[in-house]
Amino acid sequence: MTALLALIRRDIRIALRVGGGALIGVLFFLTVVVLMPFAMGPDLALLARLGPAILWLGALLASLLTLDRLFTADHDDGALDLITMSRTPLELSCAAKALAHWLAAGLPLVIATPILGLLLNLDAGATAAVALTLLAGTPALTFTGMIGAALAVTLHRGGLLLAVLVLPLSIPVLIFGVAASEAAIAGPSSFGAPFSILCALSLFGLVVGPLAAAASLRQGLD
Amino acid sequence: MRLSGREVGCVRGGRKVFSGLNFEAASGEALAVVGPNGSGKTSLLRLIAGLLVPARGSITLEGGEAELTLAEQSHYLGHRDALKPALSVSENLNFWRDFLGGERSDPAESLATVELDHASHLPAAFLSAGQRRRLSIARLLTLRRPLWLLDEPTNALDTAGQRMFVGLMGDHLSRGGLIVAATHMPLGIAARTLRVGDAS
Amino acid sequence: MTLIDLANPTRFLALTARALPWLVATTAILLAIGLYQSAMAPDDYQQGATVKIMFIHVPNAWLSMFVWAVMSLAALGTLVWRHPLADVAAKAAAPIGAAFTFLALVTGSLWGRPMWGTYWEWDARLTSVLILFLMYLGLIALWRAVEDPSRAARAAAVLTLVGALNLPIIKFSVDWWNTLHQPASVMRMGGPTLDRAFLIPLLVMALAFSLLFITLHLAAMRNEILRRRVRAMQMIQAQAGKPQA
Repeated sequence: MTALLALIRRDIRIALRVGGGALIGVLFFLTVVVLMPFAMGPDLALLARLGPAILWLGALLASLLTLDRLFTADHDDGALDLITMSRTPLELSCAAKALAHWLAAGLPLVIATPILGLLLNLDAGATAAVALTLLAGTPALTFTGMIGAALAVTLHRGGLLLAVLVLPLSIPVLIFGVAASEAAIAGPSSFGAPFSILCALSLFGLVVGPLAAAASLRQGLD
Repeated sequence: MRLSGREVGCVRGGRKVFSGLNFEAASGEALAVVGPNGSGKTSLLRLIAGLLVPARGSITLEGGEAELTLAEQSHYLGHRDALKPALSVSENLNFWRDFLGGERSDPAESLATVELDHASHLPAAFLSAGQRRRLSIARLLTLRRPLWLLDEPTNALDTAGQRMFVGLMGDHLSRGGLIVAATHMPLGIAARTLRVGDAS
Repeated sequence: MTLIDLANPTRFLALTARALPWLVATTAILLAIGLYQSAMAPDDYQQGATVKIMFIHVPNAWLSMFVWAVMSLAALGTLVWRHPLADVAAKAAAPIGAAFTFLALVTGSLWGRPMWGTYWEWDARLTSVLILFLMYLGLIALWRAVEDPSRAARAAAVLTLVGALNLPIIKFSVDWWNTLHQPASVMRMGGPTLDRAFLIPLLVMALAFSLLFITLHLAAMRNEILRRRVRAMQMIQAQAGKPQA
């Protein structure tokens, strides 16, 4: 437990110190959302209707962007070797790293949502609904994304390959995230069902993500 | 405690690096792995560390702690120093102490031994190559692990640093530790030589 | 860092140490006068008391662009003359500029609330300021992403100048985009000719905020210079082996 806490603390510290790593994700999120009205026109009614979808897409892309660094830094400086050799199971280390990443890069996206909701003319209730679904859904994005990050590290390729690997995996999260937010805003379908599935996806990711990431890291050792 | 390898073979990227390698080392003994560039010295260390899977043969450590794997009882000092430039010297060291697990000693003392105590609050980014290596060595001292796997350990160290490290290796062996070191230069301590790669 | 390089910043530190107290005092007095006059100004016959947001909003909006101009000058100083203080000035200005821009946005949307019924309208002017804000944030991210300040300075200088060239184009395209989608904006600043009762407090506030910027900027530059010295001393200390006496 000390070991995992130490890993989480270290990763968060680095994320906060190095070039505002976490904040760049938020800035990207903000930029993507600001771009949307230029493509769709500044019609507030239209923006309000598409708001949840825009916010979810922005959050998806922003969390993908920051995932690139999840394992590469540790791989490049040899820390991953020591993490593999440690007395902590690699699966738990991966889970801890993903958790730290979510706290440093995913949670700020959720916190930024209300401001972006304002730009998209969402009312307070709608913004709260989207923020809640993002809170429940972004862990799933991080945990499935980490599989791609682990694969990308072992293949020595990052960036676009990661995006191509991870984006299809995140489709279910997108579907239920947007469905839950829209149900909360417009009804008439229930909010509970898609929201529960969203939570389930996050929990499922919490189990499968670290296992798959650890397996692919072990396979790719060299 | 006894480290032994039986008929170890290593294949990397479809190329046979070495095969049929036998070696043995007991508590208090050092093994110097020598051979030309590309002969597989680093590969052998990574095989022992569990970071590579042997194509054939087996490597075992007898007499260690039964429930721990070979890797969990080893320290690996590779080419890359696993240091984060954004963290301070002591933050780097404390992280590995907390994370790796094992019997601990005082990090401040290890930093004093490698003569980095004056820099403990400074970011690791400000360290020179030799100082980074010293900081990696401090990790070996802060956590007690019986088997040291060293890849060109004296690289980047000045003569004073090399002397210091020879002393530290001697202390480790006298406490019953084992050392396997890949090296081009004489280690400076009594060591058995293990030659890789030039047989074929 | 050689002695000649340090000479200039050292003189700068000595000079600003003497000037700053006076600047702080003048800024505070002017701000007090401006705020008092703004509070005393009559209500607008259409907008009521909300028109007084203008006295904060307009100076911030004007400074949001002025600071970028200052940074562009500093960027030229970095790229062309390689003046040692230029990149310090550019780096110190970015967060202050971002803060003014942010305040312009916040006050603008507070002003817009009673006008439009929403906090945010994709009004051409507000949208341009929002893009300016994003560019400030990008610039700050760039400064923070590169460890070595002198390398970051050149990259940031290029970005600042590109931004300065691009801002009019962005402004033009946003105006065009906006008129394409909706008729003229609802927002007007109480008509083109401002009454003297509004104009004088506005000018005082603009002057006060400009002085505020100069004060903050000089203080931030001092901090940046000192921060770099600490960094240089830490590097020397790391290499020296033992702490310097």
